[in-house]
Amino acid sequence: MRTKLHQVGRRLLQALPSVFGVVVISFALTRALPGDPAIYFAGAMADKESIEQVRIALGLDRSWLEQFFIYVGNLFKGDMGLSLSTGQPVLQELLTRLPASLELTFIGLGLAVLLAVPLGILAATHPGSWIDHVCRVLVTAGVSLPTFFTGLFLIYIFYYLLGWAPSPLGRLDILYLSPPTVTGFYTIDSLLARDGETFISSLKQLILPAFTLGLFALAPIARMTRGGMLGALSSDYVRTARANGLARATVLLTYAFRNAALPLLTTLGMVFSFLLGANVLVEKVFSWPGIGSFAIEALVASDYAAVQGFVLTMALLFVVVNLTIDVILTLTDPRVGLDD
Amino acid sequence: MTRFLKHFRYVMGENPVTVFAFSLFTVILFMGIFGHWIAPYDPLATNTAMTLKPPSWSHPFGTDHLGRDVFSRVIVATRLDLGIAVSAVALSFLIGSALGCSAGFWGGWPDRIIGRFSDTIMAFPLFVLAMGIVAAMGNSVENIIYATAIINLPFYIRVSRTEASVRRNAGYVNAARLSGCTDGRILATQVFPNILPPMMIQISLNMGWAILNAAGLSFIGLGVRPPDAEWGIMVAEGATYIVSGEWWLALFPGAALMTAVFCFNLLGDGLRDLVDPLRRT
Repeated sequence: MRTKLHQVGRRLLQALPSVFGVVVISFALTRALPGDPAIYFAGAMADKESIEQVRIALGLDRSWLEQFFIYVGNLFKGDMGLSLSTGQPVLQELLTRLPASLELTFIGLGLAVLLAVPLGILAATHPGSWIDHVCRVLVTAGVSLPTFFTGLFLIYIFYYLLGWAPSPLGRLDILYLSPPTVTGFYTIDSLLARDGETFISSLKQLILPAFTLGLFALAPIARMTRGGMLGALSSDYVRTARANGLARATVLLTYAFRNAALPLLTTLGMVFSFLLGANVLVEKVFSWPGIGSFAIEALVASDYAAVQGFVLTMALLFVVVNLTIDVILTLTDPRVGLDD
Repeated sequence: MTRFLKHFRYVMGENPVTVFAFSLFTVILFMGIFGHWIAPYDPLATNTAMTLKPPSWSHPFGTDHLGRDVFSRVIVATRLDLGIAVSAVALSFLIGSALGCSAGFWGGWPDRIIGRFSDTIMAFPLFVLAMGIVAAMGNSVENIIYATAIINLPFYIRVSRTEASVRRNAGYVNAARLSGCTDGRILATQVFPNILPPMMIQISLNMGWAILNAAGLSFIGLGVRPPDAEWGIMVAEGATYIVSGEWWLALFPGAALMTAVFCFNLLGDGLRDLVDPLRRT
């Protein structure tokens, strides 16, 4: 156990360079603005005085290295600057919107795993069959579908034609009040408040966007499951298990899938990265009040502090997710770290 | 050459999907090159008498909110979408394989710096990084290309680095070294041509993704500006009309986008079968 803790600690330290790299790039992005960054950050309506204020606040009158340290120092204080479009601190804007995005992304990812893993296993157990071919076409189609396009047509079919889905405007129907904030996830909050109606309503709003996201994540997960399962099924230990007459389900799930699941977990990190990007598009299509929509509004309004804050938050989120996955892997897989 | 053709025919016969992808690719290429002459209407010509008309014989894909012919716009947009993707992929292929080859060939500190650089890019959700880059460099089509090229760099660096490091001590490389070639010359004439096959697969798989990315960026209002015809922006314009039932505005450009990406993905799989039969999935 001690060595495990040691490994986890080392993995946490290994994340530091990526965090540093992320901060350097986002700093470079804030300074890459053509012309005078102070004018951009102060906004179109700013007068000379406020531009000067911004210049001093950002340290733009000093050397690059000093500017970088000021930037990092501000980040440590949680200061990402002011959002010009709303007048609020960027950090606060992002924090109030983050739960909406996370709820959507996690449910989308969950849906994708639930659909893709059985599909991948089926394809691997029947290689070359029609299921395998259907899986291949489905998987390729899944990556080829632009998320914004899938989202729009799910809206057209389920909202306009069939009338099953609620109008694609935000997290709750306007008839309902948002549940008291505990986690910020409306589904969980409404359950905590024992408000069944709000729970159903928020779930209804979630289904289409989450499914859109899930469809996008389906492909890589199914492909990895299939590949991993094919490898595991042709291994010696599976052959031995079969020869010993173990039940088919035991061989498939306990022997093969457990081994195939580990590389799958690593891919989930990559899938999550794509999902965070796709999330932005899905949020725009469904008017979902998450950080993606916020960033798009900020982009349109040339609100640079907000956009850079968004990019940095997403990157840090992604680092954290990868870290979590690695820690889980270290703790569950006895083989990790054996070679050193 | 005849051996290659034979192998080509064999792989094609084995996999009808690849045949389909190759023919689709020729159609897309044809539209990209000759689209401006094929289009039955002027893609920018508005016609207030014909706004939001559903598909008919004279307008097979219907007309949009300004009365422009959607069919013509979808065809003409092929060139812009392909152009953005091809330039971005070409840029990241050139820069990425140069960086990756040197990292894999020399190792040591260039390898560490280049590796760290590509890790840092990969630490971002890539679409989000592209948004940030376009926001920082300015909202224009060229910057969409640069952003797409930058986020694709790590993939090329990785593939070419592995391939080059495998070959750095290969017999023919040693032979070239013995006969007095400089490192630069060996890289250019011995290593680079040999890593082209795996890079081609990467390019094809990457093209689809580059198209999706560029279209996604213009969907959220970056890069291409109206009234230019581009698939992403056409879907964005059509999105407003979906909830009132005018589906054709968004469906056809979206379907075109999907077909192009689908084609490149299938083509990538097919190319892999052609080049490397062992890795067939």
